[in-house]
Amino acid sequence: MKLFLKIWRQKDTKSKGSIANYEIDGISPDMSFLEMMDVLNEKIILNGGDPVAFDHDCREGICGSCSMFINGEPHGPDRYVTTCQLHMRKFKDGDTIYIEPFRAKSFPVIKDLVVDRSSFDRIQQAGGYISVNTSGNPQDANAIPIEKESADKAFDAATCIGCGACVASCKNSSAMLFVSAKVSQFSYLPQGKVEATDRVLNMVKQMDEEGFGNCTNTGACHVECPKGISLDYITRMNSEYLKANIKK
Amino acid sequence: MSVINSNIPEGPIEKKWIKHKNEIKLVSPANKRGIDIIVVGTGLAGGSAAATLAELGYNVKAFCFQDSPRRAHSIAAQGGINAAKNYQGDGDSIHRLFYDTVKGGDYRSREANVYRLAEVSSNIIDQCVAQGVPFAREYGGLLDNRSFGGVLVSRTFYAKGQTGQQLLLGAYSAMNRQIARGKIKMFSRHEMMDIVLINGKARGIIARNLISGELERHSAHAVVIASGGYGNVFYLSTNAMGSNVSAAWKIHKKGAFFANPCFTQIHPTCIPVSGDYQSKLTLMSESLRNDGRIWVPKKKSDSEAIRAGKLKPTEISEENRDYYLERRYPSFGNLVPRDVASRAAKERCDAGYGVNKTGEAVYLDFSSAILRYGREKALLKGIDQNDENKVKALGKDVVKAKYGNLFQMYEKIVDENPYETPMMIYPAVHYTMGGVWVDYNLMTTIPGCFAIGEANFSDHGANRLGASALMQGLADGYFVLPYTIGEYLSDDIKTGKVSTDTNEFKEAEKSVADKIDALLNTNGSKSVDYFHKKLGKIMWNKCGMSRNEVDLKKAIEDIQKLRSSFYKNVIIPGDKSSYNESLCKAMRLADFLELGELFAMDALKRNESCGGHFREEFQTKEGEALRMDDNFSFVSAWENNGDISNSKLHKENLEFSNVELKNRSYK
Repeated sequence: MKLFLKIWRQKDTKSKGSIANYEIDGISPDMSFLEMMDVLNEKIILNGGDPVAFDHDCREGICGSCSMFINGEPHGPDRYVTTCQLHMRKFKDGDTIYIEPFRAKSFPVIKDLVVDRSSFDRIQQAGGYISVNTSGNPQDANAIPIEKESADKAFDAATCIGCGACVASCKNSSAMLFVSAKVSQFSYLPQGKVEATDRVLNMVKQMDEEGFGNCTNTGACHVECPKGISLDYITRMNSEYLKANIKK
Repeated sequence: MSVINSNIPEGPIEKKWIKHKNEIKLVSPANKRGIDIIVVGTGLAGGSAAATLAELGYNVKAFCFQDSPRRAHSIAAQGGINAAKNYQGDGDSIHRLFYDTVKGGDYRSREANVYRLAEVSSNIIDQCVAQGVPFAREYGGLLDNRSFGGVLVSRTFYAKGQTGQQLLLGAYSAMNRQIARGKIKMFSRHEMMDIVLINGKARGIIARNLISGELERHSAHAVVIASGGYGNVFYLSTNAMGSNVSAAWKIHKKGAFFANPCFTQIHPTCIPVSGDYQSKLTLMSESLRNDGRIWVPKKKSDSEAIRAGKLKPTEISEENRDYYLERRYPSFGNLVPRDVASRAAKERCDAGYGVNKTGEAVYLDFSSAILRYGREKALLKGIDQNDENKVKALGKDVVKAKYGNLFQMYEKIVDENPYETPMMIYPAVHYTMGGVWVDYNLMTTIPGCFAIGEANFSDHGANRLGASALMQGLADGYFVLPYTIGEYLSDDIKTGKVSTDTNEFKEAEKSVADKIDALLNTNGSKSVDYFHKKLGKIMWNKCGMSRNEVDLKKAIEDIQKLRSSFYKNVIIPGDKSSYNESLCKAMRLADFLELGELFAMDALKRNESCGGHFREEFQTKEGEALRMDDNFSFVSAWENNGDISNSKLHKENLEFSNVELKNRSYK
């Protein structure tokens, strides 16, 4: 396959970026998108240029590092995959592909396609945990039976990989899908209910302080989420948030 | 007398840990506030250790090269975590988990450590549930289990195919709580460049900020290395792209012994290599062997027809399929340990029965599981069990609920539907049992420097059993190190803050800076990846699933040549004071190029076959690994003396007084 790439290049956070053009040939449809980028970078390096910087690590769709905005969609045209799992067979010979970073005020560009998502970490530090010390003598794991349905819903919420596609896809740069998944992951479980009130208030407060926009229910986040996190969690968080506000 | 002392407590094995815990010196809460600990790596071992140490009151500085501690490669662990809970009432016990692990490791691990691991395994599950880890549950609300290779009980706890993710998010949430309290200072996008020793003790590290490129000095009273394994020395592995040996290797070069480097796990069920551009390999969880059956065609002509695209696997009748694991190992069948399953796959493929274009793949087939589950569901729902279409649809739903994400992953990579046609799989490098040598307290041969999780060597011998890596990482981090580190730190309460304004820090920083400058000034013509791929080829072909004296000697020579070529011919674009991934990769590869040589030396020295280390010269008539217990019941602990070829071998003799040293049989 021969491809025409239009890639966002930006030296660092302070510099202005722009789109640069690249042509690349001999791409196999069985390559992953990042392997195509490897081939491009190898070519750039051997020509004495500066390779395109992008985040990546596990290359199997679970670490949440990769974060490209491909042809106007986070993680590209395929559904339920991250960029590292996207394969070139989803493109045609001669295609032009636009590759940009995830864009949001709260995700400043570090270099090229690499963005700073530490705002997500700070939201979780605000309450994304259950306050239990490691002691070696908590209750036996089977002491509290948990309805399978609740355990499964907690699990589904917890499969969020924290990549930020929800934010990148949202016209408001809202992080509601991410935050609601994190809040629900705990509140579905009896162990997490104890601190549920403070958790939702603190995490939402931090989310606002980080500068993420609000949710206007377009649902783009759910469509683009590589893990298919459900919009129901946003509903659930809104109701928890309302209850918590009344309580406090 | 050897210079290494494993410090195993006296007394019967069931009492060692309890007794030791009771006798460990304690540090008072007030004194803990004055003690700093550096933790390098934030996977299951590092994350759980950082959180627990901070809970205890120590000041922790945690480092990871990823942009968030949650992205460490433990996140990708799929199948599960073992614990001797005996919830299934199938006869499990601490002793059985201990025994299975020692036997699975082919009698090359340290009994006392393994027993302790089995002992604390139950605590891990309790702790994780308390933290809100959503393990799989049955309809009654209690925890579910499944089986893994090399054992005859169901002791594996899981969260679909994302157990590592859920456990790591648990440890990460515990870390977040301590970060919020200010007890952990988190340094993401930072990489450890070297350890700093003062008067022989570990007193800090030099770290590089990967965004600004700045070198930073960080001091502490103890340094914990939790940087994972070194599978990427093979270039292609199931490890993440950034996984590296550097932290472990840097401490090795400053005095920490490196143990059993040649003990590598080649995992039997991975998606086969598809081309030269391949950057990594993807694991298909061992849990799939609960329900999947592994086979190749019985007739070589069928394999040839499949390879030529003239025949489909679904067209081959039952009697023409060779379920070779069930044939060779009737009592364990598809659930033999990983080393055995990998070698058996290689044997069939080498004999010409492989089923993909390159002839390096076997089938993992779910059709009989789909029918079995479907019939069970049909019976429950009162549907006709002879209606094959309905039964299949019901069965697919069950399989999807159990392994859905793995099947989806396979389909995205290979572009085939594994519900309809068997998966193609082949062994790939997955885990390294070898690592930094540690004593019973998990301390290396550098006082004050500890190694935990995959980075150390201690618990898995020559082969790790499935679902035991998560167990060991969390055992070390939550339940072992936080106690044992007190023994060392109790002597350090009067030290006070360690200054970074000393000659030791200055010199360490300068030598890192010099090395970076030298690499950037090489101006060669070949990329870092070019050399890494070359190293990978040498390792896979000569130090891979089977090894022999001639090849190993050649590997040592080849690696030495490649290393010298790297320093002459590499090109690294960009500069040192900005985000520069090529530079990071070059620094890591420089260490792999040294480790690779020691790896081959270790494999050459070990004139026996055991676990994942298979020397062609030492095998039984049936082609099974042949151990040489009289001469090789020891841990190889290598001491660095500058040149790799001058490394000195120390032996820690392994004594087996609680399990009988005998030939491993899974027949």
